[in-house]
Amino acid sequence: MPNTLYDKIWNDHLVDQQNDGTALLFVDRHLVHEVTSPQAFEGLRNSKRKVRHPKLTLAVADHNVPTTDRSKGISDQESKIQVDTLESNCKEFGIKLFGMNDKRQGIVHIIGPEQGFTQPGTVIVCGDSHTATHGAFGSLAFGIGTSEVEHVLATQTLVQKKAKNFRINVNGKLPLGVTSKDVILQIIGKIGTAGGTGCVIEYAGGLIRSLSVEQRMTICNMTIEGGARAGLIAPDEKIFEYLKDKPMSPKGKDWDKALEYWKSLKTDDGAKFDKEINLEANEILPMITWGTSPQDVITIDEKIPNPQNEMDEDKKNSLERSLNYMGLKPNMSAKDIKIDKVFIGSCTNGRIEDLREAAKILKDKKIASHVHAMVVPGSGLVKEQAEQEGLDKIFVNSGFEWREPGCSMCLAMNADKLKPEERCASTSNRNFEGRQGRGGRTHLVSPGMAAAAAISGNLDDVRKYQN
Amino acid sequence: MQKFNTLKSIPAYLPIVNIDTDMIIPKQFLKTIKRTGLGKNLFFEMRYDDKGKEINDFILNQNPFNNSKILIAGKNFGCGSSREHAPWALLDFGITCVISSSFADIFYSNCFKNGILPIILDEEKIKELSEYANRKEEISIDLNEEKIMYGNSKINFKIDSFKKKCLLEGLDDIALSLNKSDKIQNFEKDLKDKKPWIFND
Repeated sequence: MPNTLYDKIWNDHLVDQQNDGTALLFVDRHLVHEVTSPQAFEGLRNSKRKVRHPKLTLAVADHNVPTTDRSKGISDQESKIQVDTLESNCKEFGIKLFGMNDKRQGIVHIIGPEQGFTQPGTVIVCGDSHTATHGAFGSLAFGIGTSEVEHVLATQTLVQKKAKNFRINVNGKLPLGVTSKDVILQIIGKIGTAGGTGCVIEYAGGLIRSLSVEQRMTICNMTIEGGARAGLIAPDEKIFEYLKDKPMSPKGKDWDKALEYWKSLKTDDGAKFDKEINLEANEILPMITWGTSPQDVITIDEKIPNPQNEMDEDKKNSLERSLNYMGLKPNMSAKDIKIDKVFIGSCTNGRIEDLREAAKILKDKKIASHVHAMVVPGSGLVKEQAEQEGLDKIFVNSGFEWREPGCSMCLAMNADKLKPEERCASTSNRNFEGRQGRGGRTHLVSPGMAAAAAISGNLDDVRKYQN
Repeated sequence: MQKFNTLKSIPAYLPIVNIDTDMIIPKQFLKTIKRTGLGKNLFFEMRYDDKGKEINDFILNQNPFNNSKILIAGKNFGCGSSREHAPWALLDFGITCVISSSFADIFYSNCFKNGILPIILDEEKIKELSEYANRKEEISIDLNEEKIMYGNSKINFKIDSFKKKCLLEGLDDIALSLNKSDKIQNFEKDLKDKKPWIFND
C-alpha cells in the first residue's frame, strides 16, 4: 500500500502499538530549554529515574536570556533561577548544554538544524510548540508538554495516537517581495487556526521544492498556528547539502548510509491523504495580520474587516473584540496603521537569510524617527555570520539595535516587551493578546515587510523599497 | 496523578473562541520551576486590572463561578504554546473539566497528564449547557459512563478508551511505558544496526 512520508516515519518508530491504536513511539532527538523542563527533571529526581539517552538530548537557554550585554549575567532573579536550574539539571543528568555565553547558544529551533542535530526521518520533540520547524528536514517534529518531556527523558519514547494526513500543495512562483512567511500566513488565513487540528501537514508542490532550507523552516515553524502539531517537507539535495559537515551530522560511512535512507523519505505515488488543498504561489501578496489570531490576515493592499458585514454572531463578537484590543477601526487601510516598534527575529524569522532580506531593504536608509527597532539574531552563529557580512552595520546605520540571540520579544519573557497599546511590526509567529507584553499590539509580517514598516513608520508595502 | 471519576459543579461559561494558552497563563508566570501555585494567575490579564485588582465583570471573579470546577468555553480552546502551565493553572484554580467544541492538540493531551477531563461537544449542546451556567445550576459528569447530567437530561460524550482508563485510575504514564522496557531495548538494538548514526556515538 502506498504510504505518505508521515506514515513512513511513524511506522519506522513504532516500539509498541496497543489494540486501541495507542502507540509507543521512539524519539531520536530531544531538545530541551529552560522554561518547560524544570518540573520534568524534578519529576525524574522524585521518582529516582535517569535520563535514558543523554546523548540524544540537547539543551539550551533561550526564552529568558537577556539580549543586551550579558557580561553581568541575568538581572531578573526568576529568569536567572530558571537558567541556572537548567544548567544544574544538565550537569546532574549528563546532558549537553549550550550555555548563555557559548557562541552556539540561540533559539532551540535554530540551533538544532545549525548543529546537524536535526536530521531527516527522525522523530524530534521539544517542550515547545514551534518544534514543527524541524519538519523542514523531513523529520516528524512536534511540541510536547512538560509531563511528556519527563516521559521522553525517562524512556526515550512517547505515547501517541496517529494523526491524520493533510497535504498542502503550493505551485507556481512567488512574486517579487513575497516570501515563505507570506505563504504560511496565507495558508493559516485559509485553513484557520484549527484547520490542521488532529493532522500532520505535508507541504508539497513546485513552489515548496524551490524554497531554500531556511525558507522551508519558516513555513513548517508556523504549522502549529494552523492547528497541526507537525508540518513536514520531503528532504532533497538542498537538505543533504545543508547538513553535510555540520558538527552533529553523520560522518564517513555513517553519512553514506544515512544519505541512502534519507533519499527514500518521500510520499509514495497514490498515497492517501485525509485532507488536501492547493494554493497558487503567483497569487500570494505581502501579508499582514490585523487581529489577535494568526488567522486574521489580509494583504497589505486590503482594508481592516468590518464586523457589521459578519452574519455569524460569534464571529462578529470575536472580530469586535480583536479590533477593540488592536485599537483599529473597521475599513481603514492597512497602510494607515502607524507603528511604534519593529522586531526582527524569532524561530520563525531569525536566521541569516531573514536578516539578509531585511538588510537589503534597509541599506542606505533610515528608519522613521518615532520607531524603535531591533534585530535579535536567532543564534550566536547567525549573529557571527551576519557580522562577517556587515549586516549588523546596515541595521545599526539605519537606526536598528543589534542584539544578542534569544527568543526575546517574540514572547516577551525577558526584558524585551511592548508597553500597553504600543504597536509592533514583528517577524514572530503569534499576535495573541498580550503576547509581546500586556496590552501590546502585534502585526505579524515577513522580515522585508518589517524593514519597510520601520522605514515608513507605518505598515507598508515592501515592494515599494525593492531595487 | 489525581484520579477523575465523577464531578458535580456549577459550570462557568466563557464564550470566547480561540482561547490561547497565553490568555490562560501569561508568560511572566512561566518562570516558575514548580507545578503548583499558578491558580491565582489563571486568565491573569482578563481577571485583574493594571493595578492587580479583580475585574468584577470577569466570570471567574464572580460568586459562585469562582468555585466552578467545570469551564465551558468557545471552540479551539488551548491553542498556541505547548506550556503545561495552562492545565496546571486550571487545576490549581480548581477546574478539572473543560468543555468545548474543539481543543488544540497539545493542550488536549496535556490535560490528561494532570487529571483534567477535556470534553468535546457540538456547539448546540454547548449552548444548552451554558444555560445552566447562566442560571447557576449544577451539572454533573460521570467519566466511566461518559455522561453529562443536567436537569432531567443527559448528554453522552466520547473519549479515547486508554485515556479514560488512565484518568479513572490516575495512572502514571512513565511507569506504564517502563513496563515495556524489553520492547524499547529491542527497538534500540535494531536501530543501532539499521541507523547507527542516530546514537551520536
